[in-house]
Amino acid sequence: MERSNNILARLDWVTVMLWLVMMIMGWLNIYAAVYNEQHTSIFDMSQRYGKQLIFIIAAIVLAVMVMVTDNKFWFFFAWFIYGFFILMLILVLIIGKEINGAKAWFGVGAFSIQPSEFAKFATGLALASYLNSKRQMLGAREVLAATAIIIVPVLLIALQPDMGSVVTYFAFFIVLYREGVSIWVFITAILAVALFFLTLILGNLPVAIGLLVAAAIVLLITSGYMMTLKAAAVMAVTGGVAFLIGHYILDLDTVLIIVLAVILAGMVYAWFIYRLKLVNQAIIYAFLLGGLLYLFTVDYAFHTALKPHQQTRINIMLGMEDDPFGEGYNLNQSLISIGSGGFTGKGYLNGTQTKFKFVPEQSTDFIFCTVGEEWGFIGSMVVIGLFVWLLLRLMMMAERQRTTFVRAYGYGVFALFLVHFFVNIGMTIGVMPVIGIPLPFFSYGGSSLWGFTMLLFIFLRLDAGRTEYLG
Amino acid sequence: MKDRYAHRKYVIMALVLMAAMILIARLFYIQIVDKTYRVSAANNALRPVTQYPARGLIYDRNGKLLVYNQAAYDLLVIPVQTSAFDTTRFNEILGITMDDFKTRMKAAISYSRRAPSVFMKMISSETYAILQEELYLFPGFYVQPRTLRKYTRPVAAHLLGYVGEVDNKLIAKDKYYRSGDYIGVSGIEKSYEEHLRGRKGVNIFLVDVHNNIKGSYADGRYDTVAIPGTNLWSTIDLALQEYGERLMQNKTGSIVAIEPSTGEILTLVSSPSYDPSLLVGRVRSDNFAALQADTVKPLFDRALMASYPPGSTFKIMNGIIGLQENVIRPTSLFSCNYGYHAGSLTVGCHSHASPLNLPQAVAQSCNAWFCNAFRSILENPSYGSIQDAFDKWREYLVAFGFGNKTGIDLPNELPGNIPTRSYYDRYYGKDRWRALTVISLAIGQGEIGATPLQMANMAAVIANRGSFYIPHVIKKIGDDGTPSPLYTQKYITGISPENFQPVIEGMEGAVNGGPGSTARGARLDSIIICGKTGTAQNPHGKDHSIFVAFAPKDDPEIAIAVYVENAGFGSTFAAPIASLMIEKYLTGNIKRKYLETHVLNMVITPSGKEQ
Repeated sequence: MERSNNILARLDWVTVMLWLVMMIMGWLNIYAAVYNEQHTSIFDMSQRYGKQLIFIIAAIVLAVMVMVTDNKFWFFFAWFIYGFFILMLILVLIIGKEINGAKAWFGVGAFSIQPSEFAKFATGLALASYLNSKRQMLGAREVLAATAIIIVPVLLIALQPDMGSVVTYFAFFIVLYREGVSIWVFITAILAVALFFLTLILGNLPVAIGLLVAAAIVLLITSGYMMTLKAAAVMAVTGGVAFLIGHYILDLDTVLIIVLAVILAGMVYAWFIYRLKLVNQAIIYAFLLGGLLYLFTVDYAFHTALKPHQQTRINIMLGMEDDPFGEGYNLNQSLISIGSGGFTGKGYLNGTQTKFKFVPEQSTDFIFCTVGEEWGFIGSMVVIGLFVWLLLRLMMMAERQRTTFVRAYGYGVFALFLVHFFVNIGMTIGVMPVIGIPLPFFSYGGSSLWGFTMLLFIFLRLDAGRTEYLG
Repeated sequence: MKDRYAHRKYVIMALVLMAAMILIARLFYIQIVDKTYRVSAANNALRPVTQYPARGLIYDRNGKLLVYNQAAYDLLVIPVQTSAFDTTRFNEILGITMDDFKTRMKAAISYSRRAPSVFMKMISSETYAILQEELYLFPGFYVQPRTLRKYTRPVAAHLLGYVGEVDNKLIAKDKYYRSGDYIGVSGIEKSYEEHLRGRKGVNIFLVDVHNNIKGSYADGRYDTVAIPGTNLWSTIDLALQEYGERLMQNKTGSIVAIEPSTGEILTLVSSPSYDPSLLVGRVRSDNFAALQADTVKPLFDRALMASYPPGSTFKIMNGIIGLQENVIRPTSLFSCNYGYHAGSLTVGCHSHASPLNLPQAVAQSCNAWFCNAFRSILENPSYGSIQDAFDKWREYLVAFGFGNKTGIDLPNELPGNIPTRSYYDRYYGKDRWRALTVISLAIGQGEIGATPLQMANMAAVIANRGSFYIPHVIKKIGDDGTPSPLYTQKYITGISPENFQPVIEGMEGAVNGGPGSTARGARLDSIIICGKTGTAQNPHGKDHSIFVAFAPKDDPEIAIAVYVENAGFGSTFAAPIASLMIEKYLTGNIKRKYLETHVLNMVITPSGKEQ
C-alpha cells in the first residue's frame, strides 16, 4: 500500500493528463470524420467512434496494468520482450491477415492486431538495455550493434511490407545521438539522404559531376594548389592517353571509352596516392568513391525496391510529378480540407470536405484533416501545442533519470512520438510524402493506441520509480 | 557516471521546435495566407461534377458503325443544399408522383445529407431541356450528363454484350469505380472495358445558396479532363452477322465463322437472341429480368458456352491423327457391314458401298472405318500401352484447341471436354480399359464435348493445313491500332500439311461427290466447299444437327461451324445454312433463293417439331 501510494505520488500527472486530453480529442474528431446521419450517437458500437471508445477504455486499463508492474520487470525482461515481438513479427508474415496488400495483422475475431505497433516499445527497451550495458564511449562496434537491434524489426516490417512503420524506426537514431554516438555518423547519414533526393531530382550524371567538383574543391582547400594540379595532371594524362588508345587503336564505342578512361584514371590516381602515402587525399578519394557507388545504387534501388505508388508519392513531394487524380488527389483533398478551415475553422461537425468523403483514411492516417477543417488554425495550433508540450515533457523526464537505461528508453519514446507527430501532420499538409502512419492518440485504431499507451506508460512507470535502483 | 553528452539535449530540443515551426508555418500559409483553399462554409458549397467520357465506339470489320453513344442525363441532389420549392411543378416536369418524390428524397438523405446522390437516372433530352430552364427554382438539384449505348442494328447482342451499373463489391475492389458508374458486364463491353471506358474527369464548382454555379473552384486547379474511350474495330462482318441471325430465326443453335488466315471471327451467332438496345438505360433491369425468365434462354451464348458432343464431324480429327501417327494410310481400306463389329460390341452404320478408303470414308461418314482407325491409333505398337497412345491422341486434340478455352477475347467461354487418361482410370480402374472401351470417341460421341467456337476453329486449322491464330473479335484497338498481341501469334498443331490433304479431299467429296456423299445439299456451283456433317446425340430430345466447313478449297477465306439444336441429321439443316453463309460472304449475294426461302421458313421448336 505504501509503495503504490508512492508510485501515484511520483507519477508524472502532467503527461497522464496530456495523454487523456489527446485521446478524447482524437475520439471527438473520429466522430466528426466518419459522422453518419443514421448513427448519430457517439456511443454507437457499430461505428468507428463507438469502437474507438472501447479502445480508449482498454488503453486506460492497459495503462493501469503497466503502472502496477514492478519497474525492474521492464529492465530484466527487456531482451525477452524484444525477442517475443521479433517472433511475432516473423509469425505475422506466416499466418498474418493481409489488409491493403500488407501482411501486417493478426486476425482475432472481428478485430485485427498489428504487432509492429507493439514492437516499437520492445525495440526501445532492448536498445536502452544495450546502451546501459556499455559504459565506455560508443565506437563503431557499438553503433553497429545498436543499429542491428533497430534493423531486425525494420527488415521484418519491410517484408510485410509496411514502409510507413519502417520510417518511424529511424527515430531510434536520435537515442544514439543523445547517448554519444559521433556526430559524423549522423552527418554522413544526412548527406546520404540529401544525396538520395538530389539523385532522384537531378539524375545520376549531374550529381556525379557535382561530387567530383566538390572533391576537387576539398582537395584544393586541404592540400593546396600544387597537389591539386598534380592530381589533375595525373588523371588528365592517364585519361587522355586511355581515350586516344581506345579511340584510334582499339576502335571502341565512345561511351565505353569514356567510362574505361575515367576508371583507369581513377585507378592510376589511387596508385599515386598509395605510393606517396597521401592520407588526406586517400580520405577524400574514399569519400568520393563511396559517394559515386551510393549514387548509382540509389537510382537502382528506387526503381526496384519501392513500389510504383511509393515512387509516385516521393516524386509528388519532390514536385516532379503532378497526378491530381491519383496519389496527388488525396494530398490535394487533404490540403483543401485543412486550408478551407481558415483561422477559426468551420465548426465541429460542419466540415464539408471530410463529409464529402473526399479525403481517404480520414479517421486513421488523415485524422488531422478533420482537426484542420473544423477547428481551423487555432485548433491546429492547440494540437501542435499539445504535442510539443508532451515532447518537451518527455525530454525533461528523460533528462532527470539516473540510469542510462531509463534515459535511453525515454528518448526512444520521445523520438517515436516526434517522428509520428511530424511525419503524420507533415504529410497532410504536403511537407512530407504521404506515408501511412498514425497520429498518436488521435488516429482511429486499437493497435496503435495500445502500442503508444504501452510505450508511454512503461516510461511513466520507470520514471515513477526513478529513485529505486534497477539492479 | 558523468554525462558527457548532456549538451546534446539542446540540439534535440531545437529539433522539436524546428519541426513544430515547419508545421506551424505551413499551416499558417495554407489556412490563413493562401486564399485558394478558403471556402466560406455558410454561403458556398463545393460541387464535384464528374465528367463521364464517351465510351469507345465499336465498328465492324469494314468500318460500319455497330455501337455508338447517345446523351442522357442523371438528376442529382445534395439534400443539405435543398430548401422549400414547388414540388408540384418539379414532379410535373419529371412525370413522377408525390409518393415517388418522397421515396427518392428519403433514399438520397439516407445515403448522405451532404454528398450528392442520384435522384433520378437517365432522364431524356426532352425532359432535360425543360428542367434546365427552371433548375434555378430547385436548389440542391443539378444535372450530370451521361451517355447511353445505342446500336445501329438490332444484332450481335451476345457478342457486343451490355453495360450495367457497378456493384458494391467491385467498387470496394477497384478504386476507379464509384457508385453509379457503368461498366461492361458481358461481351466485348466487358473484355475491352479498360479500353472502352476512357477516363473520368471531374470539375469542382463553387455553388451559392441559389443553386447558381459561381465558377470553377480554385481556378480549376483540381479539375481533371475526361479522356474519351478508345474506339474498337471488330472482326465481325455486319452483313454476314445479320444474315446469319436471319437464317437462324425460329431455330435454336449457333453459327461461328472464322477467317482462317487471321483467326478473325466473321460471325458469331447464338440463337435465340435479343435486341441489344433492350439492355440500355432505365428499361434495362426490367428487360433483363424478362430475358432471364424466358424459357428459351436468349441470354445464353451458345456459341461459346454450349458444349455438345461433336458427332461425326470429329471423324476428321481421327483421320488426321491416324495419318500423322502413321497407323493408317489414305488408301487404307476397311469394310463395313452395316457397322463395326468386335465381339459383342457393335457400332451401327448406314448403308453404303464397302470397302472404302479414307477420302470416301469421310465423304460418306462411315462409322466402321473410323472405329478401325481409332483402334489403330490407340493400339499403336510404338507406345507402351493403350493409355500412352491415348495421351498422344489427346495431345493432338489439345493442340487444335479442344478441351481448353480457346482464349477468345470474350468473357465466359467454356473449355468443352476431352476426357483424360485419369478420367477413364477412375472410371474403369487404372489402365483397365481398352480401345474398344472408349470406341465411341472414334465417331465423336461419348464423354467428349466441344463448343461451336472450337469446332469452327477446327475447320480453320484444317483450312490452314495445320496452323491457326486464336479466334478473336477485335482487330484494331483504336482507329489506327492493332489487335492484342495474343492474337497475332501463330499456333502450330504439329501435324504435317500433307496429312490434311486426304481428309480435305473427303470433305470436298462430302459436299461435291456422287451418291452416298452426306452433304450434297451444301453444294455451290461456283465455289468448292469442303465440309463434314455431324449429329450430336441429345439425351433430352431430338439430336442436334452440325456442319463444319471451309471454302474455297484452295486459299480458304472462311471456316464455319453451324449448330441447329433438335434438328436431327446434320445434312438436312446445318449444311444448307452453312452453305448460304459461305455464298453470302464469298459472292455477296444469294443466287439460290429457293434454298434461302426454305431455310428462312424452317421453324424448329425445342421439342424438335418442324412447323
